[in-house]
Amino acid sequence: MDYQRDIRFILNGTDVALDDVSASQTLLDFLRLERRLTGSKEGCAEGDCGACTVLVGRLGNAGLVYEPINACIRFLASINGCHVVTVEHLSGPKGRLHPVQEAMIEHHGSQCGFCTPGFVMSLYALWMQTPEPTSQEVETALQGNLCRCTGYEPIIKAAVAVSRYGTPSSDLLNAERAQIMTRLQALQHGKRIVSGPKDNLSIIPANVDDLADCLLSYPNATIVAGSTDVGLWVTKFLRKIGPAIFTGHLNALKTVERQGGQLKIGAGASYTDCQAILSEHLPHLLPYWNRIAGWQVRNMGTVGGNIANGSPIGDTPPVLIALGAEITLRHGAARRNVPLEKFFIDYGKQDRAPAEFVESIQVPLPGPDDLNAAYKISKRRDEDISSVAVGIHMTVTGNVISNARIAFGGMAATPKRATAAEAALNGQRWTRENFEAAAAALAEDFEPLTDWRASAAYRKLSAQNLLRRFYLEQDAQSAAPVQLINA
Amino acid sequence: MKDNVSITGTAHSDRIHDSASKHVTGAADYTDDITLPEGTLHAYLGVSDVAHATLLDIDYTDVLATPGVIGILTAEDVPGVNDLSPTGRNDEPVFPTDLIQFHGQPLFAVIAETRDIARHAAEKAKINCDVLPHALDPIQAQQAGYPHVTAPLKLERGDVDGAFETASNRIKGRIAVGGQDHMYLEGHIALAIPGEDDDIIVHSSTQHPSEAQHMVAQVLGVPSNAVVVNVRRMGGGFGGKESQMNLFCAVAAMAAKKWNRAVKIRPDRDQDMTATGKRHDFVIDYDVSFDAAGRIEAVNGSFAARCGFSSDLSGPVTDRALFHADNAYFYPNVRLESHPMKTNTVSNTAFRGFGGPQGVVAAERIIEEIAYATGQDPLDVRKANFYGGKGRDITPYHQKVEDSILERLVEELETTSDYRQRRKDIMAFNETSPVLKKGIALTPVKFGISFTATWYNQAGALVHVYNDGSIHLNHGGTEMGQGLNTKVAQIVAEAFQVDFEQIKITKTTTEKVPNTSATAASSGTDLNGMAALNAVEQIKARLVEFATRTWGVTAEEVSFHANHVFIGKDILTFAAFIKQAYLARVQLSAAGFYKTPKIHWDRAKGQGRPFYYYAYGAACSEVTIDTLTGEYRVERTDILHDVGRSLNPALDKGQVEGAFIQGMGWLTTEELWWDNAGRLRTHAPSTYKIPLASDRPRIFNVNLADWSENRELTVKRSKAVGEPPFMLGISVFEALSMAVASVANYRACPRLDAPATPERVLLAVARLQAEG
Repeated sequence: MDYQRDIRFILNGTDVALDDVSASQTLLDFLRLERRLTGSKEGCAEGDCGACTVLVGRLGNAGLVYEPINACIRFLASINGCHVVTVEHLSGPKGRLHPVQEAMIEHHGSQCGFCTPGFVMSLYALWMQTPEPTSQEVETALQGNLCRCTGYEPIIKAAVAVSRYGTPSSDLLNAERAQIMTRLQALQHGKRIVSGPKDNLSIIPANVDDLADCLLSYPNATIVAGSTDVGLWVTKFLRKIGPAIFTGHLNALKTVERQGGQLKIGAGASYTDCQAILSEHLPHLLPYWNRIAGWQVRNMGTVGGNIANGSPIGDTPPVLIALGAEITLRHGAARRNVPLEKFFIDYGKQDRAPAEFVESIQVPLPGPDDLNAAYKISKRRDEDISSVAVGIHMTVTGNVISNARIAFGGMAATPKRATAAEAALNGQRWTRENFEAAAAALAEDFEPLTDWRASAAYRKLSAQNLLRRFYLEQDAQSAAPVQLINA
Repeated sequence: MKDNVSITGTAHSDRIHDSASKHVTGAADYTDDITLPEGTLHAYLGVSDVAHATLLDIDYTDVLATPGVIGILTAEDVPGVNDLSPTGRNDEPVFPTDLIQFHGQPLFAVIAETRDIARHAAEKAKINCDVLPHALDPIQAQQAGYPHVTAPLKLERGDVDGAFETASNRIKGRIAVGGQDHMYLEGHIALAIPGEDDDIIVHSSTQHPSEAQHMVAQVLGVPSNAVVVNVRRMGGGFGGKESQMNLFCAVAAMAAKKWNRAVKIRPDRDQDMTATGKRHDFVIDYDVSFDAAGRIEAVNGSFAARCGFSSDLSGPVTDRALFHADNAYFYPNVRLESHPMKTNTVSNTAFRGFGGPQGVVAAERIIEEIAYATGQDPLDVRKANFYGGKGRDITPYHQKVEDSILERLVEELETTSDYRQRRKDIMAFNETSPVLKKGIALTPVKFGISFTATWYNQAGALVHVYNDGSIHLNHGGTEMGQGLNTKVAQIVAEAFQVDFEQIKITKTTTEKVPNTSATAASSGTDLNGMAALNAVEQIKARLVEFATRTWGVTAEEVSFHANHVFIGKDILTFAAFIKQAYLARVQLSAAGFYKTPKIHWDRAKGQGRPFYYYAYGAACSEVTIDTLTGEYRVERTDILHDVGRSLNPALDKGQVEGAFIQGMGWLTTEELWWDNAGRLRTHAPSTYKIPLASDRPRIFNVNLADWSENRELTVKRSKAVGEPPFMLGISVFEALSMAVASVANYRACPRLDAPATPERVLLAVARLQAEG
């Protein structure tokens, strides 16, 4: 096969070609150390603070889309074929400030200024999508940006006021959009790329079939989709990830569509990619979805990766298990389907063979008598890992419960169904007493741990209370709000 | 003409931060952004993985065999004194020689061609040690017979024991108050560049360049005049860079001298959080007696603090906890004792409020206890105990409270926040809402301004006027985002009557102003603004003398106004006048100096006037909690805060808002969690949760008390603003407490510990429900 060695992309206005990019080199280190673009800062190197936020423009299924991402945990190799926009690109000719920058200055939106370039980039991305955002939309866009000085108030005010300083139609990235698309198209050569030193190879497959082939050649390679987890293996745990096979560019893995009675989610679809179709078909997941990490991570992280990494505290497995999802695993040309709940065998152990990869997730859509809920408890409401998460599904026909599927995260070594609680409900009537029995039965299902996120006692009690919340919320008799988001 | 024109950036105006346009474009240089000298090496710390052990030896074979590693730096490489203690107690080695005292303690540094190589190599050392038993918190430490890290303080006034004997009502209780990580967005960093002879230049992100200079000199064994420390700006400090940066400066400097190459050291966020100190957590035992109306008769308080393995600033921090254990309330009889406990944890340090907030939380807990015991609105108990009235103006440290404006301030806030009506509405809501419950609290703050170490209350500045009329301003304070440079430049602009843009604000450097104090204790503007003003006044006096002599007018006929100088009937531009002064050989440069008057403190007696004045404020917060999960939301906060006559209302408001959110974070979601092995498991923003934009109050009304003016002769009658509003966050904690109390019909004080995480809220709800 004909390989390329070069990683090619556009950095602000410049074409870049690099012929030796190791698997573990991060975009942020490249920007700061090699290009001396020091506007993007390292605050945490784990995708939580947003000081390194840059925009990445990519030719996806919906054309050229710019999204804010965390440069600290994004691997340079994964930028191939993209347009990277840093804060240095924002000011116009002769240093004229961008409307976002002007608004931030006039509203006193910076104090120490270290987080500011990251905020500017997130707000820039927001303004391009939503020129006149509400303060709530701003908050959602800023879930991945930490500021320790201002208390955020002036930043929100600036964000809401940006359109007073200029409109996106006259913006730089819109003005150069056509020529950037042409330049990016010219970078798509349809060949596999293999770059970097022998002991730390970056492999960029040409397409999904080639991904399957690459894995046959490198069965123990690290598969890197959004790198929101693998990024930390490198920046925090100093692990070697090479050879790494990057999949973030494979549009065929990013398809999200309804197929008959189910949603088919390509394993490479980011959380953001899923947003629209979820709001149409699984609206109960939307508030939950908005609490997965911050915007940058939602743009990078994939549902497939969240599943494949097998974390007991991943956000998507409990709610997808409750919905009865199954996944398709591919090995070479062979495919097999596995119910999602069976994929998680034990802590750190999944039902995935070497050279196999998760290709898609199929989620059955609920019927008219089905009740669904997704709850997450975390120390901080947004951008936090759950202490306890639960997906609840059941069918209620003529006041009788059947088909109960209740799956918890954070309660065991894997995402796991509460079979005793389900048994306490199946075949029973919709009554408070029966839910109390189900809550009591959780004691048989789980023996949770104490850690820095929550104590065992809190996990037990709040898990029970989430069942009570479900009952109260769905019960026609209760009128008072039972969740803060509805208050 | 004279009346119609004014300068830009005058004092008391909303001047934008002088670096704002550089912040938003990414052009502002932080230490990590400085272009490195050729051949710069990189250092990374190797740390312990046990909390307490006898250190036997370290095998560096694999470290040194790593390609790109230049060498290692250990205690044996310290040419001078192996100590970084900021109070000279000799209890904080750069690297230990025989004893490991906390998990994550730096034991050596690896020097390599790149940071990445140094960081990977540092993991390869084999540390051989004999593990010893450890104590992690102050209670464990007391039980294990651990010593104080520094002498405790006792404040006493009145007949405490007598008052308790005749007490009408008495409550004893305990509150645990958690610590806090600074989580400045820019972590610790230092870049050292060796020079000829003993010389060395260190660029660092430090709030205390002079101390860093003295520490580097001490560690290198050279005089202070060989060392220059520079800081242009910090990406946040909050007290975390007052003494903690010394380690990084010292390591970079030692390595730079050893290999005669520039050396940079920057820990990653996890190492920054595990190897450097934080806000002290406290366990506070209180005993209070009060009359039927809820007036306090006597207070006895014991304040045990987790200080960590060394003293660092724990002495003054625990002292300040006692200084603020009264908050705004008069204690007729009082005894307060600190117990600065040694623990096998990182040595805790300064953090905005410097122990004061922990003291204030204790005072507010006492108020709460009385309110629930007497069935009153806590605000009424607060008001009944405010300082004021005959014989009710003496603090536990015997300073008179002479400048209180709390009565007016609280009255105004009570009205503008509609506190009384909303409290009624909330109680009605709680009766009909089974799951969600609300709470509201209005809490005051009184905060003493001055370093309690009296000698720190001094500052210097250096002002040059160049012969084109441009001005170069340097002072000893450091810019960490608070707008200090902007405010001081406003003072200078106004004094010279020139546009703000005429003034170049330069980096802080020990070369220009010597022996400075840390930019801390909220004192930055008070001290450095006055020192700069003093320098300007010296130059202006020479200029006026020159004008009177040359133009033959009286001093009264010379005035500076709006970029011009009026001399008799002549009007010159400032620049033209300066040119003439230069040609006439007038000295156009001056070093300014300032020391705070009136203050004195006798620690042994526990008496004096440690504070020049007090700053005041109050906040009213409303919260909703979910009694099924403990989750909560701040619905509304109203703040009225006193900054005297504000030098820059926009920047001051920014300080108030930011401090409130930081204080709220401390008491809600910011939890430090050590495992049994003594390892801090909340060590980065993924696990340590500071507030996000969506955590701020849904409605947030922040006002400055624009009628306030400092009664003391501070710069332009302003007041310090950095720390006092931090404690406004306590209103959220108290509101959460009320919401929890509602589940037992407000009969019992919920006794929430801090931080009130959703877990603590839910478990308190469950406890009160179980007690009925």
